[in-house]
Amino acid sequence: MRAAPSPDLVASDTKGLLRFLTCGSVDDGKSTLIGRLLYDTKLLLDDQVAALARDSKKFGTAGDDLDFALLVDGLAAEREQGITIDVAYRFFATERRKFIVADTPGHEQYTRNMATGASNSDLAILLVDARHGLLPQTRRHSFIVSLLGIRHVVLAVNKIDLVDFSQATFDAIVADYRAMAAGLGFETVHALPLSARHGDNVLAPSPRTPWYDGPGLLPYLEEIEVDRAESAPFRMPVQWVNRPNLDFRGFSGSIVGGRVQPGDRIVVARTGHVSRVKSIVTADGELAEAGAGQAVTLTLEDEIDVSRGDLLAAADARPELADQFAAHVIWMHEDPLAPGRPLLLKIGTRTVGASINAVRNRIDIDSFAPQPARSLALNEVGEVHIGLRDAVPFDPYASCQGTGAFILIDRHTNQTVGAGMVRAGLRRATNIHWQDLKVSKTARAALNHQKPVVLWFTGLSGAGKSTIATLVEKKLHAASRHTYVLDGDNVRHGLNKDLGFTDADRVENIRRVAEVAKLFADAGLIVIVSFISPFRTERGFARDLLGPREFVEIYVDTPIEVAEARDAKGLYRKAREGLIKNFTGIDSAYEPPLAPELRLSGGTRSAEDLADEVIAYLGENGYLERAEDLDWTI
Amino acid sequence: MVQLSPTPTPAPARLSHLQRLEAESIHILREVAAESANPVMLYSIGKDSAVMLHLAVKAFYPARPPFPLLHIDTGWKFRDMIAFRDRMAADLDFRLIVHTNSAGAARGINPFDHGSSLYTAIMKTEALKEALSLHGFDAAFGGARRDEEKSRAKERIFSFRSASHAWDPKTQRPELWNLYNTRVRPGESIRVFPLSNWTELDIWQYIQAERIPIVPLYYAAERPVVWRDGQMIMVDDARLPLSPGEVPELRKVRFRTLGCYPLTAAVDSDADTLEAIVAEMRVARTSERAGRLIDHDEAASMEKKKREGYF
Repeated sequence: MRAAPSPDLVASDTKGLLRFLTCGSVDDGKSTLIGRLLYDTKLLLDDQVAALARDSKKFGTAGDDLDFALLVDGLAAEREQGITIDVAYRFFATERRKFIVADTPGHEQYTRNMATGASNSDLAILLVDARHGLLPQTRRHSFIVSLLGIRHVVLAVNKIDLVDFSQATFDAIVADYRAMAAGLGFETVHALPLSARHGDNVLAPSPRTPWYDGPGLLPYLEEIEVDRAESAPFRMPVQWVNRPNLDFRGFSGSIVGGRVQPGDRIVVARTGHVSRVKSIVTADGELAEAGAGQAVTLTLEDEIDVSRGDLLAAADARPELADQFAAHVIWMHEDPLAPGRPLLLKIGTRTVGASINAVRNRIDIDSFAPQPARSLALNEVGEVHIGLRDAVPFDPYASCQGTGAFILIDRHTNQTVGAGMVRAGLRRATNIHWQDLKVSKTARAALNHQKPVVLWFTGLSGAGKSTIATLVEKKLHAASRHTYVLDGDNVRHGLNKDLGFTDADRVENIRRVAEVAKLFADAGLIVIVSFISPFRTERGFARDLLGPREFVEIYVDTPIEVAEARDAKGLYRKAREGLIKNFTGIDSAYEPPLAPELRLSGGTRSAEDLADEVIAYLGENGYLERAEDLDWTI
Repeated sequence: MVQLSPTPTPAPARLSHLQRLEAESIHILREVAAESANPVMLYSIGKDSAVMLHLAVKAFYPARPPFPLLHIDTGWKFRDMIAFRDRMAADLDFRLIVHTNSAGAARGINPFDHGSSLYTAIMKTEALKEALSLHGFDAAFGGARRDEEKSRAKERIFSFRSASHAWDPKTQRPELWNLYNTRVRPGESIRVFPLSNWTELDIWQYIQAERIPIVPLYYAAERPVVWRDGQMIMVDDARLPLSPGEVPELRKVRFRTLGCYPLTAAVDSDADTLEAIVAEMRVARTSERAGRLIDHDEAASMEKKKREGYF
């Protein structure tokens, strides 16, 4: 071992590494292409070629020719069934680059396997059979590739020999593809005509496609620039605290974003502690600078609390911190994803208790459109809201993969059941960071021995909202729960007295109420909100602000005739006479909730009964359990 | 151990492929050290083990790697390998556990009388399972690479094994990004392959770049060999049965891969320096496992061995 990198490591700097995956069905010639690349780069050795010739005779589908597909279909079951059942990794190199190829199958398990292959790839080769043009699976593969954040695509129009090297056919497929992929966020899409079986445009431009003026596939792969993690702010999840003796305390990890130098200000994202980098330690000596992709050990100027699972980040460009986030999830287990199932979530080097609070949608990977859904089956992709036992630092996956990707692990079987990409944090203001140690909401709620929640009563004027809300509060109070009611009487006369009843003012009114409700919930209270809140959008805003577990929408569904007949405040009469404008139900719309947690039939049962119904709902759904009874431990 | 150099080294503009492979392997080694209760490194003394050991030293520097080395000794290793093993463990101050299937040894199981399949099953696979269970290791590093063999190409970096050490290719955990699921229940374990994405040429280039010590058998020298089934077998000691009248012939040979000596064939070579070995590798037309006799036993032989618990 030496004290500095050897000249050989430095000299081979020009030889970079490109990881890519190939997508397409078996029939598109994917495995044949990989075999062709291995063969043409002289990576196939004599005994491997001999074995291939033997296997080609026994299992092959290419007549007397070598069947390159057999090179990559490795497992016995696959050879027998003629299918690829998993991701296989292949390696080849040229003088300029080393390549790692993830070969993923094209049949029904493709989502899981493609996502696995794509997660570590910088580029995707999408194969299309020139005879068939774009197929539904071309769309699906492109979507998954895009979802996993790959920004560079090669569209390989294969078997071009079987359409007589037709430029018109090629151009039509390329035009179709560009139209289809327009919304998928690819930085580069390079199309080329190809014959994997005969080698056209693999190593060099083929004389049989004189109309194609681009490079061969391999020269293209040697040249393309794909680096992107370097441009992100500095991020390093701490893997291991390196403490060989009392004089040395370093934090070992792999840099997943940006660069770092001694003297840089960094923050421990979880605690908000700030320090400066003292040194970048490696076995090859200290470094003056290190960047994404390097495994290093950092020492800091100050003795601050850092442990495995912490994220060290640039102090002037901090990650977000949240205990709930919205994320895209690829479900990988036969049992469908069910909200509430106890899971572990591993993000960076941190593993934390988690549960799916709600499935927001399932994405139709043919149309790329979100569809309503309550669960996700094996190989389905959708957006979910995930709740975590503790707040974790993260970046949106689109900004930094190393801090925005996670896996989901079943607590009981330890199986990896899903993979996800954070879209955005929920509930917490994302750019307000913890300043050292704060008392958390959980801690405040625990002191009150309760679970904070917002009960949001909505319904027409005179529906009975406030009467029921008042009774609910009395019952909760009697059960020693800490509560607070927000209604027109205590909000409209103070905080919101500058607001009238135009649609714009109604929106602002509800926005402020929702924000106040959130603060009160944060204080650990059970908050009872009683407002007409006629618009779905504003109630939806409140729901998103609070998160699904802490927002209970209660629709007091009283027919307008009953409400108008009651007219306790004489408001309906005034509205009918034109003395009040914009009165909900008369000359302003009420949009009833589509899926409230609870619907109360006002007008048919007593307020007392309805209040009991609310209490029963809270009991059945775990809101009245003591906080310390909750199973949130790993 | 390495001393910190007085002047920090400037960072290269872009990482070379060897630097990226090195970083990935170090990440894997650290992840296991942090998450597993009782990890161990399988040390088979060959070039891949040499690289893995070197990476372990780098991964935890300036601390020492927080796990011991385990060598499964079949009793049929080249004498040079055993001497090298003991020297490396001493030089690097590793705790070295040597395990032999004593029941198998007592029954005199050997590759000549019992055939390579049975011998491998008892003296390697069974011995390995025995040692892992005996010490309660829940994670074991191995130096296998995906480019070695077709079923290896599909193996995960973190390969989950049941309580009976079996590998089921159908229940392997999805492995995305560098987020490895290391969780096991009591009795279960994972085999971890930090060199998964290295090729044989990468290994040699790295050995050359980092000046990693390797067993002298990798360098060409005059050695006594006999021919068996078209392969050159070195006569390492008197236990190799010679046919009547058979005289070992002195040839300049080296080994591309090292296993048990009657099961590992030598190749003709003049490469007696690292530079010459790398140059030879660049033009090599056969794969290293062509010199491994156990792989030829039957079709899909490696996959079958792995299912039974072989590395």
